[in-house]
Amino acid sequence: MITKRIIACLDCHDGRVVKGVQFVDIIDAGDPATQAARHARDGADEIVLLDITATHEGRATLLDTVRRTARELFVPFCVGGGIRTADDAAQVFEAGADKISVNSAALADPMLIDAIGRSFGAQAVVVAIDARRDPEAADPVHDAQVFVQGGRKPAGRRVVEWAREAEQRGAGEILLTSMNSDGMRTGFDCELTAAVSEAVGIPVIASGGAGTVDHFVDVFGRGKADAALAASIFHFGVSSARSLKEELAKAGVSVRLPC
Amino acid sequence: MRVTVIDYKAGNLTSVLKALRHLGAEPEVTDCDLAMVEAAERIVLPGVGHFAATERLDETGLTPAIRAAIARGVPFLGICVGMQWLYAGSSEAPQQPGLGHFPESCTRFIESPEKVPHVGWNSLEVHNGSRLLAGVEPGEYVYFTHSYKGPVTEDTAATTFYIEPFAAAVERGNVMGVQFHPEKSGATGLKILGNFLGVSR
Repeated sequence: MITKRIIACLDCHDGRVVKGVQFVDIIDAGDPATQAARHARDGADEIVLLDITATHEGRATLLDTVRRTARELFVPFCVGGGIRTADDAAQVFEAGADKISVNSAALADPMLIDAIGRSFGAQAVVVAIDARRDPEAADPVHDAQVFVQGGRKPAGRRVVEWAREAEQRGAGEILLTSMNSDGMRTGFDCELTAAVSEAVGIPVIASGGAGTVDHFVDVFGRGKADAALAASIFHFGVSSARSLKEELAKAGVSVRLPC
Repeated sequence: MRVTVIDYKAGNLTSVLKALRHLGAEPEVTDCDLAMVEAAERIVLPGVGHFAATERLDETGLTPAIRAAIARGVPFLGICVGMQWLYAGSSEAPQQPGLGHFPESCTRFIESPEKVPHVGWNSLEVHNGSRLLAGVEPGEYVYFTHSYKGPVTEDTAATTFYIEPFAAAVERGNVMGVQFHPEKSGATGLKILGNFLGVSR
């Protein structure tokens, strides 16, 4: 039986893992290679490394960090941040990533999704969407807006529509981050995740807001997520993927155990 | 131990090479050197992406070279599209023949409410006597990412269920294939790759 994936996310800045609240107030949380290895050992089903500053500072993805992190990592490894061209993607794959995620650059040039998919396969292209809903909107879920440049700028696209276009262009997965929930530990945006998951036929990874085991149970159930991403819940020894998955199994969620 | 890894420009080899090196093997990569295939002691054909990419194996003359190597008993492992290529073909690229070592063809998952591609960790039901999957316990998980798959037949070494039962691994003599990615399947995947490295000619 297919299992729900628990993905450990390492937000990186200058080669260090960092954690912020709603994309600001960033604090140091360790070395990416060490952290990735620890998460894999502790039962994470996948590792995502996002270079959160790459886009707005115009820096290339940290290829050395990717190479070092990938060296002894034998679970799927996705890298995002600052990938603007198919050549950028090729370098990240060459350094050891199994998937790349594109965000701002894909909105600026949607053909980028097609191009990377053609060269490396759809399974290797994750389209990351930073979503913000306006509680005042008539339909906050369907009117939720895509933001770019690390959440600084509206892209002028609706989240659900963009997810559908990304799929049509050959994305293999959608990584949906709720900016309203990110870092708050108050739970995932299950309504928005379900709306995107129902709109596309490819897996959706929910991100933003993980704080308790119940939040994961909720997003896999009501939120119809195929995978969920967590960062702060694992940092500082709050919990491990293994213990999280043991709790999820008790709640009836199918997960990879033993791991 | 020397392992000849075939590069037919279908995705990324880095992870496969890394896993083989981790297990103490010395992978050598070729994209069109027939002499390397003729001298190969062990062949791995990776591949993610589209079945049509296997056309390159025909264009470069690697297909008959690999067929001859298999006939000599050289252990062969196809991964993902590399496994699918062992069959007669795939509905993903109907005009492109596979090796035909296994007579069936690969097909897309049938229409259902479930998502395609099948992405994630799924369990293996290992069939008796598989050398490739020796020591893999019932219910161990491996990582999949694919939309097409081979049918369950007498050559199937492990079955996985997603939408329908399909061949997660195929094995006849020294010709082996896995639909999942052993290089991305943690300790279970490394055990399977290690088993392949232990298969003797």
